[in-house]
Amino acid sequence: MSAGPPANPDYRPYQPARYQRRMPIFWWLGRLSYTKFITRELTSLGVAYAAILLVVEAAAVRRGPAAYAAFVEWLQAPWVIALHGFVLLVLLFHTVTWLDLAPKALVLRVGGRRLPDLAITVAHYLAWAAISALVFWLLVGR
Amino acid sequence: MSRDTVTLEVQRYRPEEEREPTWERFEVPVRKEWMVLDALNYVKEQLDGTLSFRWSCRMGVCGSCGMTVDGEPVLTCTTYLDSLPRDRPVRVGPLAAFPVVRDLVIDMSGFVAKLARVKPWILRQEEPPADGEYLQTPAQLADYKQYSMCINCLLCYAACPIVPLEPDFVGPAAIALAQRYNLDSRDQGNAERLDVLSQHDGVWACTFVGECSVVCPKDVDPAGAIQRYKVEATAEWFQSLLMPWRGKS
Repeated sequence: MSAGPPANPDYRPYQPARYQRRMPIFWWLGRLSYTKFITRELTSLGVAYAAILLVVEAAAVRRGPAAYAAFVEWLQAPWVIALHGFVLLVLLFHTVTWLDLAPKALVLRVGGRRLPDLAITVAHYLAWAAISALVFWLLVGR
Repeated sequence: MSRDTVTLEVQRYRPEEEREPTWERFEVPVRKEWMVLDALNYVKEQLDGTLSFRWSCRMGVCGSCGMTVDGEPVLTCTTYLDSLPRDRPVRVGPLAAFPVVRDLVIDMSGFVAKLARVKPWILRQEEPPADGEYLQTPAQLADYKQYSMCINCLLCYAACPIVPLEPDFVGPAAIALAQRYNLDSRDQGNAERLDVLSQHDGVWACTFVGECSVVCPKDVDPAGAIQRYKVEATAEWFQSLLMPWRGKS
């Protein structure tokens, strides 16, 4: 213990002086779970990119065959293929983490008993697979 | 350092002496099965009586002794010193995200005000039953029991990065306690609480980091409560859009 502590000149008796810690800018590096969370949030950019790409594709279709052919040619450029491979990984990460979180938000009861989390997750994955198969059939199978 | 002593590094904040907190080290002998709280009490009784911290029950029930130990929000009365790495000092600080009053004592008045906003008590539109007794089945009890286990220890607020970033966020425990009453068959206050919970600083400020549920010592799962309420609030919004004549449930 120190003898004769130095006084804080700002201190006023009977006026509480609370200390509030400021949140550091890189707070999300301090904990692994925070870093994972921010990574997941960043994958939303991949989702936004995929949505915009779809709109651009639809616009190219509307402008006619020449515009669509140019769009398809752009899609085949090596750097675009590499980019879209990366975006696919990002989208898969986003989708899997999203579906894994689903049972937290969804509480379903069947016959008075709560459906187990696993059943809800599996149902989501099955729905994902079914919709993907439908889209695949629309694009390729017909 | 011998095996049976531990170095505690404790955050001190004495507003009359210093503008910002400092760290102070104490050597504490460790008895078998001592908790972090036992070591703090040793410091207070034997080494420095000015050290300030809150505690009461010593059995993980009252929720008073929440602190940050080695970076994690924990109840110090249920955290064994043996469970912590001994090759470096055990760092004990106040719960993050809260204003510090002194040393390890936080100001929780902000939380208490948020808690009051969600009306954590049974609200009735109709008169209570004439014989004064509400009947409830075990299944109806099970709907909300998990959320009723909250002891207001505020570890969830300390673990949540949104709480300091958005100071008006109602926060995990208060929303879980709102759900505790929303899901209670005796309660009829959903519509009243919806006005608070469906705002931006209600459930929508939550980005589902999920750490609140990880640190909760009572397995209340506030993150789950918040996500469930998001689904409920969205359904409510759609219903009011499609059927504007329908009253709030």
